[in-house]
Amino acid sequence: MSEHADEHFAGSNKLFISIWGWLVALTLVEIFLAYKTLPIQIMLTILLGLSIIKAALIVAYFMHLKFERLSLILTIVPMLVICICLLMVFFPDSFRSSGLRYQFKESPPVAPAPAEEP
Amino acid sequence: MSTEARAGHFPAVDWNGGAFPYRVGHRKLGMWLFIVSDSLTFSALLMGYAYLRASNNWPTPFPFYPSIVFSSVMTFCLLSSSLTMVFGVSASSRGNKAGARKWILATIFFGLAFIVLHLIEWKHLIDEGLRPFYLPEHWAKVFTLNGTPPTALFGATFFTITGLHMFHVASGAVYLLVVAARVNKLKHEDIEISGLYWHFVDLVWMFVFPLIYIMSVDMHGALGH
Repeated sequence: MSEHADEHFAGSNKLFISIWGWLVALTLVEIFLAYKTLPIQIMLTILLGLSIIKAALIVAYFMHLKFERLSLILTIVPMLVICICLLMVFFPDSFRSSGLRYQFKESPPVAPAPAEEP
Repeated sequence: MSTEARAGHFPAVDWNGGAFPYRVGHRKLGMWLFIVSDSLTFSALLMGYAYLRASNNWPTPFPFYPSIVFSSVMTFCLLSSSLTMVFGVSASSRGNKAGARKWILATIFFGLAFIVLHLIEWKHLIDEGLRPFYLPEHWAKVFTLNGTPPTALFGATFFTITGLHMFHVASGAVYLLVVAARVNKLKHEDIEISGLYWHFVDLVWMFVFPLIYIMSVDMHGALGH
């Protein structure tokens, strides 16, 4: 067994409760945003920012990564962030196919057929 | 953590075998690698959702009350389950196996509460007429924009992403049940590993909840709730 097994689990319960408090508080901010009417781009930016902060708190304290060896952190985190960012390569195509849709200048001539039911 | 680890210094001897270069056991390293690969699965699904959303007329059908309030309670359940899990791991690190079992059972309780609430919500949406490839008729009418009807893929992305997450919560509950049953036989590190998995499930929900629920809030009261 590794020497790590006997090591004391770092972080006190008080610390974990305060992290949980932060997570709940940030969630309440998100819910407040749902209540307010904000432009969708601003809302998306704030929500993603808050989500990343929450994810970092969970990974660092609850998943204990902050107390692990730096080499483990460097092995896991950067490549994951890079891979996720690389997925954004698809967005230009998404915007292109959005632009292909016919935009009606005025109200359309006939009401569209409702979606088919199974 | 030792001073050398803090400085990120690799002694060459670490990589000659017979040592744990990351100072974690192979099982814990395995769980970390699984978590990395599973994060990529969820990232790909969420990116696929973002792709479809940006290229289609997307319905935003969730009223603040009850949908968002309901899913906020689910979020609270999952956040609390993470706290009880971390208490369980912390009790186990002090050698208090009975305490660890008690906290893990509390975690399972919150996880099951999440699943039950989620299934109630699914049933409500299915009763309203939402299917993976069809929208309820009144949604299709209300969210038609400049003659373009809203895409029926809303249901596909919603059920796929929340369904896969719910599956993770359910398998996590079974995993924790096994850990709770065998807590006296397991080493502390094994309990910590089950905690890693559970926190990961919580972490995924921290992205699913804002992106799927809050971004789909019916801001202008289009459905007249």
